[in-house]
Formats: sequence, C-alpha cells, structure tokens
Amino acid sequence: MNAISSFVQARPLDGILTLARSLSGHHDDPRRDAKAERNATGAHVQIEGLQHRYKGAAANCLDKLEFKVTPGQIVALVGRSGCGKSTLLHLIGGLMQPSAGGVYIDGNRVKSACPRWVVMFQAPSLFPWMTVAQNAALGLRFAGRKAEIAKRIPPLLELVGLTAFADRNVQDLSGGQQQRVALARSLATQPELLLLDEPFSALDAFTRRALQQDVRRIAKELGLTVVLVTHDITEAAIMADRALVMAPDPGRIVTDTLLDPGPERHRDNPQFEAERARLATLFEATA
Amino acid sequence: MTEAAFSQPDRARSDAVNARIAMLQGWLRSMAIGALGLGILGALWALGGWYIAQSPGMFAFAQLAPVPTLERLWDMAQRGEIWDMSAPSLNRVGWGLGIAILVGVPMGILIGRLAWLRDLSNAPFQLLRMISPLSWMPIAIMAFATWDAAIIFLIFVASVWPIMFATAAGVKRIDPAWLKVSRNLGANPVHMLVYVILPAIAQDIMTGIRLALGIAWVVLVPAEYLGVSSGLGFAINDARDSLDYARLGATVLVIGVIGYALDSLCLLAIKRFSWLRSDT
Ligand SMILES: Nc1ncnc2c1ncn2[C@@H]1O[C@H](COP(=O)(O)OP(=O)(O)OP(=O)(O)O)[C@@H](O)[C@H]1O
Ligand SMILES: [Mg+2]
Repeated sequence: MNAISSFVQARPLDGILTLARSLSGHHDDPRRDAKAERNATGAHVQIEGLQHRYKGAAANCLDKLEFKVTPGQIVALVGRSGCGKSTLLHLIGGLMQPSAGGVYIDGNRVKSACPRWVVMFQAPSLFPWMTVAQNAALGLRFAGRKAEIAKRIPPLLELVGLTAFADRNVQDLSGGQQQRVALARSLATQPELLLLDEPFSALDAFTRRALQQDVRRIAKELGLTVVLVTHDITEAAIMADRALVMAPDPGRIVTDTLLDPGPERHRDNPQFEAERARLATLFEATA
Repeated sequence: MTEAAFSQPDRARSDAVNARIAMLQGWLRSMAIGALGLGILGALWALGGWYIAQSPGMFAFAQLAPVPTLERLWDMAQRGEIWDMSAPSLNRVGWGLGIAILVGVPMGILIGRLAWLRDLSNAPFQLLRMISPLSWMPIAIMAFATWDAAIIFLIFVASVWPIMFATAAGVKRIDPAWLKVSRNLGANPVHMLVYVILPAIAQDIMTGIRLALGIAWVVLVPAEYLGVSSGLGFAINDARDSLDYARLGATVLVIGVIGYALDSLCLLAIKRFSWLRSDT
C-alpha cells in the first residue's frame, strides 16, 4: 500500500518541483508537463469504421469495427481463437496500420507506437542481459527521460512486489515475476492506455488470479484506460468494467455489455458468480 | 531444539565450503589433464628429436629437438628478441582484424536484418570466402604501396568472413519479440542497435572474432615470408636461410604459444559476453 501511495503521490510532488523550477526561472519541456497533467486520467479511445485485411488474405480479418472506450474504463475483448483480437489490439497500439478506418486516442489519430499507450504481450520478452530494474527502465531510457529513472523505478518495483529483485538478472525470476517486471516496464512511462494481449495465459492459475486482481487495482489507482484481450470469461469478469464479445469471419463485435460483478470480484461471491455466468451465456450465444 | 537451531547455519557454511572444495577439485583435475596433454606433446617432440639425431641423413636437423630449442628460446627471451619479432606481427594482425571487425560487424548486422541484401550478397560472398586468402597475395602486392599494407589486407581478407557470417547468424536468431517490445516502448533505430541488437549478438560477434583470429594467425606467417624484414614469418624464413634450426624451433614454439594465448583471451571474452545462463 505504501508503494502505491508513494507512486501516486509522485505526481503532486512533480507539480511542486515544476512550480519551484518555474519560480527559479528553470523551465522544463512544457509539452512533457502537459502530458503528465493529462496522465491524471486515462486516454479516451475511439474506433471508427476500422477494417483490416492481411496481405495475401482473401477476406477481411476485421470488419467495420465501431466503439469507444471512456477514460479510466477497463474493457475486455473476448472471443474465440482467431477472431482477430490480437489484430485489433495491434491496430489500437499503432504497431500495424489498418486497411480502412482509424483509431483515435484523445482525438488524435494513431499512426505509430508511442510511450503513451503500451502493449503488454503474452510473453514478457524481457532482455536477459539486463537486471530487473534495467528492464523496467527501458521505456524511460528510450523516451530520453533518464533523469526520472532513479525516482520512478524503485516505487514501481515496490508496486509490483519486486524490490528485493531489483538488481537480479531477469533469468533468475519465475514466470509470474517476469510478467510483473513486464508490467512495471509498461507502467514506467506513465501511459494513459494499457493494451493487454492475454498477458497472464502462460501463468499458473494461482499466480494468474493474483495478478488479475493486482493489475485491476493498479489500473484503478492510476486511472488508466485498459483494453484487455482474453478468451477466459472469468478473467474478463474479474478485471473488466465492460466486455466486448467478438465473433470471427470477419472479426466483428457482437455483444457490448457493462459488467457489474459487485465490489468483491471473487468466485466465492454469489453476485460475481451470477455476473460471470451471464457473460458466459452471452458468449456462448453469440461468439 | 537450540542445538538444531545452531547447527543450521553451521551446516549451511560447511555446504558452501564443500561446494568450494568440489569446484577446486574439478579445476585441479582439468589442469592436471591439460598438463598431461602438453606432456604427451612434449614427449612426441623429444621422440622426434631422438629419431632425427639417430638418422644419419638428418643429423643437421638435430637442433630441432626440445633441449636445444628451449635453450635457444630462453636465450632469445633474455635478449628481448621474442618481443622484437612478435610485436610487428601482432601489430599487423591487430590492424587486419580491427578493420575486419569494423567492416564485418555492420555488414553482418545489415545482412541479418535485410532479406534482400542477404539474397543479393549470398552468392558473391560465399564465392569470395572460398578463395584462399593467400591467393590474393600477388594482387595485394600490386595494389598496395607497402608490404605492411599488403599483409594487413591479406589478414583482413582472411578474417572478415567469419566475423560477418557469425554476426549475421546471431542477428537472425534475435527473438523478434524483443524488437517488437522495444518498438512498442518507443525505441528508435539507434536504441534498437545499442540496447537490443548489439547486446543480443555480442557473444556471436566474439565467436566470429575468435574464428577469424585463428585463421588470421595461420595466414600471417606465410604472408610475412614476403618482402618484410620483421615479424614471426620473417624470423622463420631467416632462421631457415641461416640454417639456425634451434632458432627455427624456438620461433615455431613462440607462434604456437602466442596463438594459444590469444585464443584463450577470446574464449574469456565470449564467456564474459554470454548472457545465457549455463546452469539452467
Ligand atoms: N501476420 C498475419 N498474416 C496473415 N494472417 C494473419 C496474420 N496474423 C493473424 N492472421 C489471421 O488473422 C486472424 C486473426 O488473428 P489474431 O491473431 O488477431 O487472432 P486472435 O483473436 O488474437 O486469436 P488467439 O486468441 O488465438 O490469439 C486469424 O485468422 C489469423 O489466421
Ligand atoms: Mg491473439
């Protein structure tokens, strides 16, 4: 808890530092400060007439997608294997360009990858020649924000519970710990939007449940918008505020429902279980 | 209860000591086996020397036996001759290998990254690679103003291929997910090179350099037979011409020892650059 509050508190502190600097006539990059301000709420995501066809494919992989995600919302994209969930996530993250239509984040069209929206993949893909702390700091390093590394990385590692491992090589870590390093790496640049592509599917059930709760908690603390791809209904019910069910050939959204599993997102809770069952029925009926 | 609690750290410590002792034993054993191997080589050398001394027709070569050779080696070492003959050779190998690294590593990275360049360059490079470096000698002599430059060119030609191909192979084995993740985190091409590609292939580059050094060291001696009046190759030729066979044997030994030392250094560097855990 301490770690979270210190991470969240880092922002008012930033404000004071900026104020002190501007009073002393020392100016930072104003655009960066504006960005930090916007971070206070997550990104607004708008998908407009999005279509995608892979080179050489006969049919569209995604067809005329149209939806919005409001700031701070956690949306689960559920659908059977091959219906285009990963494709959609790559398009939102700017890792690929759509054949038609567009993705707009805070009103701006997404043209490329950007540290303000980060994709977290199924595999952590950490760099084995670096320590845990160095891996977590990569985004800041690439963004030319090296000065922030010393300040931001320790509270982040505490947030994901890896302070004791900061200087260890990532090859010494378990799968769940590695995925938590990947989470810290994704959060280091203070993104407004987190795009998760089945981030826990390689983990054992116990670690997976713990991380699902953790990621939802962290996203809510930081006010992040999250798009989560999964084919696990329970995962969607635990983590998301809203579920979009996708159907294949061509990939499209067939169900859009808000989730209200109650305050305790746990399978022992009857309200949660009822909401999970409702989502499962919807999924079976449409996907 | 208290006894057990106290004996716990003691046992842990004795475990650590035992592990240390086991490691030391393993190390001593491999050292002993290595020494035995060298001993066998020395015995074969002595046997050859004895045979030459026995054979009437070959008596002139008796100085090649271990005792006269090692005596001469000691003598040469004391007079600083070993350094005097090795330094020019090491200098030439250093330049040739250095230029080969500067050319081979960037080329290897490009070939590994760009499929069209790989297809374009594959046939010509394989063809050039198969030409013995020494067959470039007449051309090198014509093309370069100094003998030194010609020799450096020959060493370059010999060593650029292993470095280039090892680098390209390493680049091709880079996990594409690493590149995707770094692009996603906002890496530009320079970041990719410095933080992903070079660390990922450092070991492959070192392996290429080790292979290249082995070939370069072999090519050096015949290349120094020509023109120059310094270096190990010249020293061999000179000793032969003056029928000083003890000196010839000592020089051959110096070539072997330096080559072995350089190779061991490369091996250490490979271990240093390896990020893969051997114990997993
Ligand atoms: N690089 C590609 N080139 C051509 N077709 C592709 C490519 N990647 C995916 N596809 C096709 O696009 C469709 C959607 O793929 P995608 O990876 O988005 O599915 P997914 O919903 O993420 O599936 P899963 O749950 O198995 O990860 C599939 O039919 C797949 O065959
Ligand atoms: Mg997928």
